Amino acid sequence: MSKLKVSIVGGSGYTGGEVLRLLLFHPNVELGQVTSERFAGKSVFKIHPNLRKITSLKFSLLAELGASDVIFLCLPHGKSMAAMPEMMQKAGKIIDLSGDFRLNSLAEYERWYGRPHTLPDRLADFVYGIPELHRAQMRSAKYVSSAGCNATATILGLYPFFKNRLVDLHKTVVEVKGGSSEGGNSPSDASHHPERSDTVRSYKPTRHRHVAEVIQELSFGQPAQIHFSATALGIVRGALATCHLFLNESLEEKDIWKLLRAEYGAEPFIRIVKEKTGVYRYPEPKILSGTNYCDIGFEKDPESDRLVVISAIDNLMKGAAGQAVQAFNIMNGFEETTALQFPGLHPV
Amino acid sequence: MSKTIECPICGGDVSLANDTIQGELIECQDCGTELEVTNLNPIKLAEAPQEEEDWGE
Repeated sequence: MSKLKVSIVGGSGYTGGEVLRLLLFHPNVELGQVTSERFAGKSVFKIHPNLRKITSLKFSLLAELGASDVIFLCLPHGKSMAAMPEMMQKAGKIIDLSGDFRLNSLAEYERWYGRPHTLPDRLADFVYGIPELHRAQMRSAKYVSSAGCNATATILGLYPFFKNRLVDLHKTVVEVKGGSSEGGNSPSDASHHPERSDTVRSYKPTRHRHVAEVIQELSFGQPAQIHFSATALGIVRGALATCHLFLNESLEEKDIWKLLRAEYGAEPFIRIVKEKTGVYRYPEPKILSGTNYCDIGFEKDPESDRLVVISAIDNLMKGAAGQAVQAFNIMNGFEETTALQFPGLHPV
Repeated sequence: MSKTIECPICGGDVSLANDTIQGELIECQDCGTELEVTNLNPIKLAEAPQEEEDWGE
């Protein structure tokens, strides 16, 4: 079986650790190097203890990085674009997990991220990394920019309705509830346990950066308007997007089932979840921990035109590492579900 | 050989065995709704009566 040499740059963070966990069990991958400036020389299991006895890899310095077929770039926003020219010399294909190359528009990047972009000519070279929307482009892509976690949950929930122009474009409201791992592994006063535990923290009521991606991906002809708020919960993993959209034509719930089935029926990682009995009647991030699924549910308000669409993911998987590995599989002609078949745990 | 009929709730395909009998309960694999076969010729499905649950709330 042919194997690709794959390296992970910025491998000590949560996202890098998850990419590493997945690739260690990928039959078509030979792991090259995993870099970390802070932990160079240390065994990766010292930082990612779930990988103890699974790999003897040690972190390398970025300056020691050799050539690879593919690089997963897991650096923070801003640092990714600074490293990108060198990365493009080191590997033929790159999957970037930062926000640096998600937006097609330089003006929108600067407006939402509040800083200049150092590689504006490269923005058009990256395919936006949600496979369900961009699978065809990924098949021939050299560069993919993996989507943001909250953006992924929101876009996948709303996409069929915006694509089919069924939505009043000015009235969509999205509230995403997310776990603490969305904030990465750098501690702060706000993440100190006595402050962070048991919180329901409204941390970005407006102008969350992921809104820019959502607008980009949901604008068909006219720009979409998304009123988005994000709330941090006291959970570690998971994101749940509750999306309130207002339909511009009368649809019954059966019509909505058919619409979602037409869009996602053949998707390996999307499940429509809407049941009348049982405990898990609507999407619930808890049972998606460690999986690459996005569960999508809905309910039409019988009193109005409001449709509530609910989507759930593991932010580190479908919202980051899992989705990136899914893109990797597509880019390289591997079975799309390779290394991503974990169905989750119950109870958990 | 089984027959396929549309779920009255979600519009998905529901498979019925040839020896299905009237009153039989089956479950839609898409929406999970428990359905009752209310007629055989032609085949008709209806949502089976459920006990109200308060879902622990």
